[in-house]
Amino acid sequence: MNGEELTEQETALYDRQIRVWGVDAQRRLSKSHIFVSGLKGTAVEFCKNIVLAGVGSLTLNDDNPVTAEALAANFLIPFDENMGGGGSLAELCCDSLKDFNPMVHVSVEKGDLSSFDVDFFEKFDVVVINCCSLASKKSVNEKCRKLSKRVAFYSVDCRDSCGEIFVDLQKYCYAKKKIDETVECQLQYPSFEEAIAIPWRSLPKRMSKLYFAMRVVERFEDVEKRKPGETSIADMANVLKLRNELCLAHSLNESQIPDSLLERLVVSTKEFPPVSAVLGGILGQEVIKAISGKGDPLKNFFFFDAVDGKGVIEDISTSTP
Amino acid sequence: MASGEQLSAIKDAKVLMVGAGGIGCELLKTLALSGFQDIHIIDMDTIEVSNLNRQFLFRQSHVGQSKAKVAREAVLRFRPQISITPYHANVKDPDFNVDFFKQFNVILNGLDNLDARRHVNRLCLAAGVPLVESGTTGFLGQVTVHIKGQTECYECQPKPAPKTYPVCTITSTPSKFVHCIVWAKDLLFAKLFGDKNQDNDLNVRSNDTASSSDNSEDVFECKKDEDMEQYANRIYNHVFGHNIESALSNEETWKNRNKPRPIYVKDVLTDEPLQQQNGNLETDNNVSTLSAMSYLGLKNPQDIWSLKENSRVFFAALKLFFSKRHKEIGNLSFDKDDHMAVEFVTAAANIRAASFGIPLHSLFEAKGIAGNIVHAVATTNAIIAGLIVIEAIKVLQNDAKNCRMTYCLEHPARKMLLMPVEPFEPNKSCYVCSETPLLLEVNTKRAKLRDVVEKVVTSKLGMNLPLISHGLNLLYEVGDDLEEDMVANYESNLEKVLSELPYAITGGTVITVEDLQQELVCSINIKHREEFDEEKEPDGMVLHGWTQAPAVEKKDAAATNGASTSTTSNSVPNNLEDDDDLTILESGIETISSGKKRKLSDVSNPEEKRAKKVPEQIDDDGDVVVML
Repeated sequence: MNGEELTEQETALYDRQIRVWGVDAQRRLSKSHIFVSGLKGTAVEFCKNIVLAGVGSLTLNDDNPVTAEALAANFLIPFDENMGGGGSLAELCCDSLKDFNPMVHVSVEKGDLSSFDVDFFEKFDVVVINCCSLASKKSVNEKCRKLSKRVAFYSVDCRDSCGEIFVDLQKYCYAKKKIDETVECQLQYPSFEEAIAIPWRSLPKRMSKLYFAMRVVERFEDVEKRKPGETSIADMANVLKLRNELCLAHSLNESQIPDSLLERLVVSTKEFPPVSAVLGGILGQEVIKAISGKGDPLKNFFFFDAVDGKGVIEDISTSTP
Repeated sequence: MASGEQLSAIKDAKVLMVGAGGIGCELLKTLALSGFQDIHIIDMDTIEVSNLNRQFLFRQSHVGQSKAKVAREAVLRFRPQISITPYHANVKDPDFNVDFFKQFNVILNGLDNLDARRHVNRLCLAAGVPLVESGTTGFLGQVTVHIKGQTECYECQPKPAPKTYPVCTITSTPSKFVHCIVWAKDLLFAKLFGDKNQDNDLNVRSNDTASSSDNSEDVFECKKDEDMEQYANRIYNHVFGHNIESALSNEETWKNRNKPRPIYVKDVLTDEPLQQQNGNLETDNNVSTLSAMSYLGLKNPQDIWSLKENSRVFFAALKLFFSKRHKEIGNLSFDKDDHMAVEFVTAAANIRAASFGIPLHSLFEAKGIAGNIVHAVATTNAIIAGLIVIEAIKVLQNDAKNCRMTYCLEHPARKMLLMPVEPFEPNKSCYVCSETPLLLEVNTKRAKLRDVVEKVVTSKLGMNLPLISHGLNLLYEVGDDLEEDMVANYESNLEKVLSELPYAITGGTVITVEDLQQELVCSINIKHREEFDEEKEPDGMVLHGWTQAPAVEKKDAAATNGASTSTTSNSVPNNLEDDDDLTILESGIETISSGKKRKLSDVSNPEEKRAKKVPEQIDDDGDVVVML
């Protein structure tokens, strides 16, 4: 929609959420374009949330065929013994999402994520990648950063009952409401590559252990040329070895990355649906905040572990402690 | 993914979900994906358009259908092999008794009102089934776990009461827009379109004979020789002009207040004769699309209308009611989904606001206040549903010591957006889960049994089918299977003063109040007291041992004045059950209680432990205030 005012239909449909974030935010949402690559359970949760919220368009990218495992984690695809009749994950999810909210344009972009060039991402305001390799996180993030307009970049991962969200809003200005005044705030985000390059010893004390554990597993998959989630109990010895090497290099006590936590991430790589729901919800709220310019955006990592129940924000953006 | 133990606990579990609304849709989906096989779901609601932005199992084509049934069908499409049993019914129906609850391993609440929550809490306690309770409003939410004997029950902590306003604030000295809304909705709208027999304080001061031509006549009745035009003008001049004028005559009131300005039709609509507006009033006969706004060419509900525009909406809506919906007049009560009622209330509230120098509001805002509309987004519901399932699995594994209550915050506190807290122990003086007697101070020579039933037993104690006895003698009982003479006997008891009942209730008497369905029994010690403060103790009785949190600004303010308080609050449960959008408070996150400190869970580091204090109180807007 191009008009400045919301239609009667939109006002009726979005009534309850307009009461939360206002008409301006709703209008901005309806003009925003979102790209999502990798349609695991967590991304599917996110897609549901932003289609309901009423974004302008959503472009889905995942050429993988529907497997029994994908079906098990996906509430968008109707159960089908023929596994979706040969359609890709993105195609089948697209059909369902269109149905959720007829006012959102949902489409599929075929191709491998790595094949999209910088110009491709210019069409979007927000890029979300789910369950991607270290290399593609870095490269997609860099491509977004090369554009003159700001494209917000998010990556989200869920392994076992643990989850991580990374946010890069580059240079982000927003109006922050204080008790009786509104102040202009500015945040400077590092890229994924910059963030993870920060030496561990210079990070604040009591950094979420999950941050380090995710880096170990991510690095392991990278050096072993594995796809994300392609790990098993057999890898534990090598993962622990890598952990020790990294801890040594970073002067971090190994106890900061407990064996038990690594084992959870390495052994059961499937997403735990309640955790996907939590991550998809937090990510949805963050994307809505970034588009609408309302509310303090998360900077720049979010961790959730169902075992302790904490949902923690960590700011990993500067090497000075 | 879940461990083997978790998986078998999930597979073998039989769970009951209460509510298939905002949280319920998310919860049912997450339960199904997590591997739950046997899910029962109760919801009495049908689907509405304003649900569709977050209750994602529903589509436009489902509007009007049962939420529980449509939710089941939607989930079976991706999980056909599991069993989902829907009940399109009120959880308070007698069919859902203690035995019904006993068949489940855990109960999961996704409710929107205090009344149903309390009812489910009692059934869970009676059946000995753990309860996972939840609520959201805007970006805020919470999940709590209640296990009998191990954690507090849902009612161990006082719940915030709806904000009420003194009668005189509403009738004479409004200072906030909400006061004008309450006046427009509960007094003016009720007077013009509602039940004529209901008490109404709209005209408390109109017994002066000076301006009223015939004192015995109700000013709000249309006179025989009067046409619609004259009638509407007279009402307008009376409520916005004359009534303000006569209020001004009481100088004492305005010593420390800004004086209001009387507004008459001639002051506002000078340049255009009203007759000009009679255009398509005659053409549209479809009641559901009748709109004063669209008739006047006002399109955007976000716009704030001028006094003149509000006055025109007032006249157009009034005339449309009388010309097109005449049959409903006398039976109407305000409904936020009745567009013309919202238009009328918005316009009337704004004209009154203009009179008192209060800023005017848009129809959209006025509707939110008048309809007490809760703020709701899909994301918070999704997060909360995920957390419910995580807690439910711990409960099913008998891992109560690891259960947490979790707050979903809008702004991080100690870096946390999701903050787990150790559950409280049961409150030893909770009248619901312990057997502590209550104390009722009442004038036993003046109060009737009916007063006790309405003001204490049903409203405060939340009993559904109460039974009141004095020793072994029954004084009152509600039920379907009662004999006629018993019903008549109880009816006559209701009208009797306490000390004149067949088994007299006087100071020192102990009465027993129980609800057989909820299996809740309370003893109440009676203490006679002569006098009560009308403003501070409007019930004319005071119940001790039952605590209510300080009132929170509730946009609706169902109870606005002494006389109609009891009738209004008694009708509340029905209203609340109708729609999952109604209450701000009950669905919210207010159970973070003041005064007590909660322990943050799982603090491994002792120095950290000392530094930590926990969310303690909420402010008036229902926001969590975290004290660090």
